[in-house]
Amino acid sequence: MESVDLLYKAIYILVIFGITLLIATYSTYFERKIAAFIQDRVGPNRAGPFGLLQPLADAGKLFFKEDFIPARANKALFILGPGVAMLVATMSSAVIPYGDMLIVGGREVYLQAIEVNIGVLYIFGVVSLGVYGLMIGGWASNNKFSLLGAIRAASQNISYELAMGLSLIAVLMMTGSLSLRVIAEQQAGFNWNIWYQPLGFIIFLVCAFAETNRTPFDLPESEAELIGGYHTEYGSMKLGMYLFAEYINIFVASSVMATLYFGAYNFPFMENLREAISDPVLANNVVTLVGVGVMFVKIFLFIFFFMWVRWTLPRFRYDQLMKLGWKILIPLAILNIILTAGGILLKDYLI
Amino acid sequence: MTESLFYFLASLTLLCALMVVISKNPVHSVLFLIITFFTISGHYVLLNAQFLAVVNIIVYAGAIMVLFLFVIMFLNMSKTGDSRMKTSTISKFAGAIAGGLLFIVLISALKDASVVGYNPETYNSQVGMVETLGQVLFTDYLLPFELASVLFLVAMVGAVMLGKKEEGESHF
Repeated sequence: MESVDLLYKAIYILVIFGITLLIATYSTYFERKIAAFIQDRVGPNRAGPFGLLQPLADAGKLFFKEDFIPARANKALFILGPGVAMLVATMSSAVIPYGDMLIVGGREVYLQAIEVNIGVLYIFGVVSLGVYGLMIGGWASNNKFSLLGAIRAASQNISYELAMGLSLIAVLMMTGSLSLRVIAEQQAGFNWNIWYQPLGFIIFLVCAFAETNRTPFDLPESEAELIGGYHTEYGSMKLGMYLFAEYINIFVASSVMATLYFGAYNFPFMENLREAISDPVLANNVVTLVGVGVMFVKIFLFIFFFMWVRWTLPRFRYDQLMKLGWKILIPLAILNIILTAGGILLKDYLI
Repeated sequence: MTESLFYFLASLTLLCALMVVISKNPVHSVLFLIITFFTISGHYVLLNAQFLAVVNIIVYAGAIMVLFLFVIMFLNMSKTGDSRMKTSTISKFAGAIAGGLLFIVLISALKDASVVGYNPETYNSQVGMVETLGQVLFTDYLLPFELASVLFLVAMVGAVMLGKKEEGESHF
């Protein structure tokens, strides 16, 4: 690879990393604002205009708090836990195509950190690692509530991973590729996968809630019975890291859903916009930049949906959660695969 | 570049694999085993077998090791007093003899082995890619592939049978 390309990739990865952190930071603010709106309150409004500096104030507070480690805790793993959670959370945004191709000075620049022909599997692998941060932290705290939280996290993640993988398989059968860029390109214009995979999308959405430990699936950290679950013993920025990793996971899950089911950077009348501009290079760049905007609008809508559900629905009971995962979602996902296969065969037969 | 990367990964793999055995704390052992799986996946990537690398992580690091960690955390072996398992002298002898025998067998097997090179002209660097792998699995090795999936199904049914509650058994 040329050094210019390498430099560009490095800059792009840093930019995506920065955007991820920024969105995660402001998710905390919007979560509180949306909660306040739903509960008919005002929400944070003291720090800066509309309380916009609240996340910075929170971060400052967390950093300056005492960094406390319980006496009987496993010190190394106690520190490692939040680190693993953050690392795994930020890893998966590497393969997501946030935009199509820009042409800068005759050079084609793809708005994707790495293009691998196993992108979907990569994301699936990283998602399956997400539970380690919780498990390590929960166990190392040497607290039975934390341990219970860690164990709940593990069994919940494993149960919902299966349904998630099965719902992904239907998408892969349609697109015939594991590369996220190819999947995004096939949904050009308004030809989004959601029109063909409504059931698969709903299964994936439910599993995404479970994998990110969001209400109604936030049993690993349920405050009522486990006093915070796996992060009961955590304080200061280590707790902040766990909460932060959750918001990064929401952002990544939203990007994945937007890419797989809602056409990634594609938007209706894309080709009309491309033809309306005479200069092909300019046309391409304009369409790409609008596409990036559209992609982020979709992501923000999904993040809003995550928050909306959190402040609307109560938490599941643990046996209900297991029953939903194993007895409803997995059979539905298998049914979805059979339906998709039938549809593909029928289409081949008719044409 | 690739060569130095290989040596780095190989030494890391061996170090972590050793730490799996040496660690006193079973949870540490499991975590080192997870790192070992990652470094092995790194080797697969160096061999241009990305599919294998990711599947290795999904299946071993993502699923099986989570269950291992789960069980070990539940049993909480490190906290009960006898965490340092007392090994009698006779079992140490038995272990040394068994390990030594395995070592001798390995040495005698590898003594006459020669490194099989590859032909740069006919070698296909895309052989580890998922498309090629799928093509081979569903044409040349269709029967073994399908038989393996039947075997998985049988194992799954067996697991469900074992996990099922007997008539009259108490709910815990």
